[in-house]
Amino acid sequence: MNSLSSTKVEKFYYLMRLGREFELAAKEEYMKGNIAGFLHLDIGQEACSVGSMQAFDKGDVFTHYREHVLAIARGMEPKLIMAELFGKVTGVSRGKGGSMHLFDPSLNFYGGDAIVAGHLPLATGCAYARKIQGEKAGVFTIFGDGATNAGAFFESINIAAAWKLPLIFFVENNYYAIGTRIGWVSPFEELYNKAKNFMPAKRIDGMNVCEVYKAVMEAKEHIENSLGPYFIEAETYRYEGHSMSDNGKYRSEEEMDIFKSRDPIENLKKEALRLGIVSQEYFDSADQKAQEVVQEAVEFAAASPEPNLKELYEDVYCKECTNVIP
Amino acid sequence: MLYREALNRAIDEMMEADESVVILGEDVGRYGGSYRVSEGLFAKYGAKRVIDTPIAELSIVGNAIGMAIAGLRPIAEIMTVNFSLLAMDQIVNHAAKFRYMSGGKMTIPLTIRMPGGVSRQLAAQHSESYETLYSAIPGLIVLAASNATYAYYGLKAAIAMNDPVIFLEHELLYPQEMEFKEQKAFDPFKAEVVKEGKDLTILTYLKMRYDVLEAVPTIEKELGISIEVIDLNSLRPLDMQTIAASVQKTKRVVMVEEDHKTGGYGAEVIARITEELFYTLDAPPLRIAGEDVPIAYNRKLELASIPTPEKIVSRIIAWGAKHGI
Ligand SMILES: Cc1ncc(C[n+]2csc(CCOP(=O)(O)OP(=O)(O)O)c2C)c(N)n1
Repeated sequence: MNSLSSTKVEKFYYLMRLGREFELAAKEEYMKGNIAGFLHLDIGQEACSVGSMQAFDKGDVFTHYREHVLAIARGMEPKLIMAELFGKVTGVSRGKGGSMHLFDPSLNFYGGDAIVAGHLPLATGCAYARKIQGEKAGVFTIFGDGATNAGAFFESINIAAAWKLPLIFFVENNYYAIGTRIGWVSPFEELYNKAKNFMPAKRIDGMNVCEVYKAVMEAKEHIENSLGPYFIEAETYRYEGHSMSDNGKYRSEEEMDIFKSRDPIENLKKEALRLGIVSQEYFDSADQKAQEVVQEAVEFAAASPEPNLKELYEDVYCKECTNVIP
Repeated sequence: MLYREALNRAIDEMMEADESVVILGEDVGRYGGSYRVSEGLFAKYGAKRVIDTPIAELSIVGNAIGMAIAGLRPIAEIMTVNFSLLAMDQIVNHAAKFRYMSGGKMTIPLTIRMPGGVSRQLAAQHSESYETLYSAIPGLIVLAASNATYAYYGLKAAIAMNDPVIFLEHELLYPQEMEFKEQKAFDPFKAEVVKEGKDLTILTYLKMRYDVLEAVPTIEKELGISIEVIDLNSLRPLDMQTIAASVQKTKRVVMVEEDHKTGGYGAEVIARITEELFYTLDAPPLRIAGEDVPIAYNRKLELASIPTPEKIVSRIIAWGAKHGI
């Protein structure tokens, strides 16, 4: 943290706090029935989303369905995300996608994709296109430990390495795919081993936003210099169940406590205060600002209209097309 | 009995009776299955027979085929039909074809269970009905369980079959309490006449059975007719005999399905009926199906894209008026 400017540290803190407040509010709104479907919370994992997006500030991003905080860190407006969660027409995907499907091409943000590992070949193809278009920024793709067992994962690391594509693979190893521990279905739990014969691969502390930031900066430099793909495994933990319908009972209290003691937000604050880089006043004002922004987002979402029924047939094709058989 | 309990009992009894029956899939073991269908089986039969797999659908099905070749009777669980598309090659190019390609020397006693259909606001990648894809493949048997009785007996029959069976379930049915009817003899390929009637036959399957049953009293009253409702149960093979007997009696047919209309499963059923029973029909058949759009997250749009009891009522009444019923 010492080598980072205080503004950087402040930004990390604010975005992580904003992400967490956003998700706590989403959870509450889900309980009230304002949000439905699958809602996957990122609470505990904010350092991965914020650290990576702060470092990877250009380029294209492909993500899976646990993406609210990633979208916020990418610059998507919280109120547009919240409206999407409410299924409102003002949402980023006009209420058609919901929590798992936030897209904003103007921010080069493509995903949530709800097919596990389904977005990895897309990221690979995009990296190929960027390479032949002569663009340096490349592509960043993020996914869970469970995705590293899919065929699409192995096919993607192979192609990316064979073609030396500018692509950062970032796995959030939170040890669980729904209720299945990675070690039961994979020969080892340290997942960078899966990629190390194909590309530089390292394991980092995903509960530490500064470490995530540094690792992604290094990876970014690597891909920008046309040295091929780069693999980062971040060890992290989700405090909540897989989705709202999962109570997470398969994990022990001890394990939970260990990770909660490594909380990315609280620890960043403690360390910054210890080093005297950021003031207590900043933290207080950041907390308050985050709460206000989230409050506004909820109000905006609640006040927004639902999509009109004629939207049903819009967005199926570029040019509107009616039912083939009326 | 809960629908999911009926499925659980079927698997449990088959595993108890035959050591070669195994179940594999994501979260089926220690977690108890994402819809709790395999609850308790891991504790009872252990990790060798209740197998937690990685998220790798192609391998779940491919490995199950290999297990079947080696003499086991695997039940592969795919979490949602959408994800079965990742296993499509194994299902279509391998499971369905080995018997034929080997001149009958290889048999694949495999059951692939999966839920489909529109649940509640799960959006496009978790809401499809792909029965039409699997029903189009020779070599596969496709069964669709709408109730606890069929879930229990149908699944037991599927596991006992020597052919690959696609066993379809519906996400909204798992927690439903349902009547269970003891059966002496059970034919999984037989359609069920759910309700008798004489003026109109409604064909349906899976969750739409309930929407149809909800709609029927209003339609009967409005049109002053009596309606026969048939649950198809088996989509491949299709029980044309039961369908024909009914249509010959009522002379009118309506197909109700949740699948998209274009190329949906009902297209096949209605084509068969027009081909074989054209001259017995007193009115053109009616198809009520899902709209040709991916499923939206928003609840209003989601409901607008699939049949509901209200839509079934209004569509059939409008159709009846048009054709003098
Ligand atoms: C191809 C496919 N199979 C199964 C699922 C169901 N599913 C959704 S999330 C998930 C677990 C994924 O875990 P992981 O990759 O570790 O990511 P995390 O949820 O921990 O972020 C599963 C099995 C799916 N969405 N897609």
